[in-house]
Amino acid sequence: MAKASKILLAHGSGGRLSHDLVAKEFVPPWQNPILDQLNDSAVFSLSADGSGPRLAFTTDSYVVKPLFFKGGDIGRLAVCGTVNDLAMVGAKPLYLSASFVIEEGLPLSTLRAVVRSMREAAAEAGIQIVTGDTKVVERGAADGLFVNTAGVGLVPAGLEIGGDRARVGDAVILSGSIGDHGIAVLSQREGLEFEAAVESDVAPLNGLVAVMLAASPNVRVLRDPTRGGLATSLNEIAAQSNVGIAIEETTIPLNDSVWAACEMLGFDPLYVANEGKLVAVVAPEDAEQVLAAMRATRYGEQAAIIGEVVAEPAGKVLMRTAIGGTRIVHMLVGEMLPRIC
Amino acid sequence: MTMRYVQEFRDGAAAQGLVARIEAAASRPVNLMEVCGTHTVSVFRHGIRGLLPPPVNLLSGPGCPVCVTTNADIDKAIALAQQEGVTLATFGDMMKVPGSYQSLQQAKADGADVRVVYSPRDSVRLARDNPHRPVIFFAVGFETTAPTIAASLLEAQRLGVTNFYVFAVHKLIPPAMIALLESGEVRIDGFICPGHVSVIIGSRPYEPIAKRYGVPCVISGFEPLDVLQGIEMLLRQTAEELAEVEIQYSRGVRPEGNPLARELMYRVFEVSDAGWRGLGCIPGSGLKLRPEYRAFDAEQAFPVEPPPTKEHRGCLCGEVLRGVITPPECPLFAKACTPEKPIGPCMVSSEGTCAGWYQYGPRS
Repeated sequence: MAKASKILLAHGSGGRLSHDLVAKEFVPPWQNPILDQLNDSAVFSLSADGSGPRLAFTTDSYVVKPLFFKGGDIGRLAVCGTVNDLAMVGAKPLYLSASFVIEEGLPLSTLRAVVRSMREAAAEAGIQIVTGDTKVVERGAADGLFVNTAGVGLVPAGLEIGGDRARVGDAVILSGSIGDHGIAVLSQREGLEFEAAVESDVAPLNGLVAVMLAASPNVRVLRDPTRGGLATSLNEIAAQSNVGIAIEETTIPLNDSVWAACEMLGFDPLYVANEGKLVAVVAPEDAEQVLAAMRATRYGEQAAIIGEVVAEPAGKVLMRTAIGGTRIVHMLVGEMLPRIC
Repeated sequence: MTMRYVQEFRDGAAAQGLVARIEAAASRPVNLMEVCGTHTVSVFRHGIRGLLPPPVNLLSGPGCPVCVTTNADIDKAIALAQQEGVTLATFGDMMKVPGSYQSLQQAKADGADVRVVYSPRDSVRLARDNPHRPVIFFAVGFETTAPTIAASLLEAQRLGVTNFYVFAVHKLIPPAMIALLESGEVRIDGFICPGHVSVIIGSRPYEPIAKRYGVPCVISGFEPLDVLQGIEMLLRQTAEELAEVEIQYSRGVRPEGNPLARELMYRVFEVSDAGWRGLGCIPGSGLKLRPEYRAFDAEQAFPVEPPPTKEHRGCLCGEVLRGVITPPECPLFAKACTPEKPIGPCMVSSEGTCAGWYQYGPRS
């Protein structure tokens, strides 16, 4: 079948096509050892001998539609998303940049509301927005407003967090209910409006991470399950660490309204996006104390141990269902709806 | 995680009880066909297959509307979408189904105006909001969907929306079940009949299947306990050598179905022959617009001539839809054919058998 290759919306889904796009189109021409880590943030040392604290550096663009949704907006998302990418490598986030691509005709009041929201999110996360850029494009060349943020943070000396560090016997901890962000945004999408008593969970997680790292030196993996959902994050960990992950369906926190919306729309909540949740792999002897520390925080109240790291089948995620069956939980295949973040 | 009324149907202890009864009743090998794609997904999603004793073999049937849509119909939808100034609206699952040469998604990337809607009423609204643009709804589905399309068409008529058209390739389930039995290609010892279709048609259209062909039918719901109980009821019938139509899904299905919905459906549509992927043309298995609604007929308003159809080389979707093979027996499965680059429609639809195996099962 001869057809011209073009970018499809599915290339932005966070699933396999996105991974392939990065692996084939970006990594080879730019190749270097830091890029090759392919973690949420690049981590590198500023000293020639690699000693001392390391810098974490990341960037992300936000194209969510609509700009304002229950529980958040593009501004809060742009700050929290980048803060969380830094936090997931164990970094203490410090400074962000913010770039705006604005469509001609955007009400100034909208821009102001977004900027105000970013200020509030930055204050909550304890970071500062220290540089930025603005571009305006003609009507039709952008959908209202796109925001890019980049961020830097410091990784304490000796701290090693990474997707390849899960070991057999480790506990898998989830910080709270899944699917809230995806369903909150979808419920307000044009042509798909439905009443869902659900708010986006968009939140900065660096405070939660700090509490976890203080509770145990044996936090081995941190991931924020955004596009592609919990299922995709767990599969990434299983693949990078070459281990199996066994989870229990009944232990996964899920809000009733998210559950109901997923049933109605035919979505599996395991694949629905989150913006204020993390999944952690922790040494088994420290799991309970990390869990207790998480539950004492605002964004970890509903935290739960959802499973454990097992030897077999390596690279796969298995789930025991509520009725006692077992199924394989693969990575997101295909796409959910585009422009969720 | 609590959910009233649905969560009860996912209770672990009740499931174990049903599994024990299924084990006790499974004395000889039986092939049970779940006709409907939603059942197929439920079986996978809840890990039901692994709970069943070896004599009970589940076959997936032709009950995925996207999957049974022929290349010829997809090609025609694409040709309609490529008409200058036309908008084509359809359900999301149709976007990625490959036709002979391309999919609607590719046609959209090439510039055709193709929209995904969640309800046919949204396409009526689309037409109303864009009065100078013909909006064609590509209507795919079984008896469950057809009444909603009929209602949308009548709504468009009532609102005086004259730029709304329907390209309907609806299909009816019981004739396809009979075609499978007539072919004799696969032994079927019982049908798990579709719950949602039966909400509309009731239990009576399955009577000939039970009476004439001696195959038990149980209309089941979609929660895991529904499916397990449906299997248990079928096993009880086969053990007692009965062939009856029973309703497990009694909270949704009445024997007489929904006469109002059927009246709506047959006010707008009439029974016609229809082409099915894998099953060929089945007499009396489709729905076409009645002559008095010709003004809404996209094929009348936009005569298009799509290029000759081609089948995808090596694709065994037809065999999968007839229950002749399971997806891993297709040489393309999970190799050349994946949900990202599907070759056949059974890998595209969220209710497709191949997609179910790929998403929830072992991939080799």
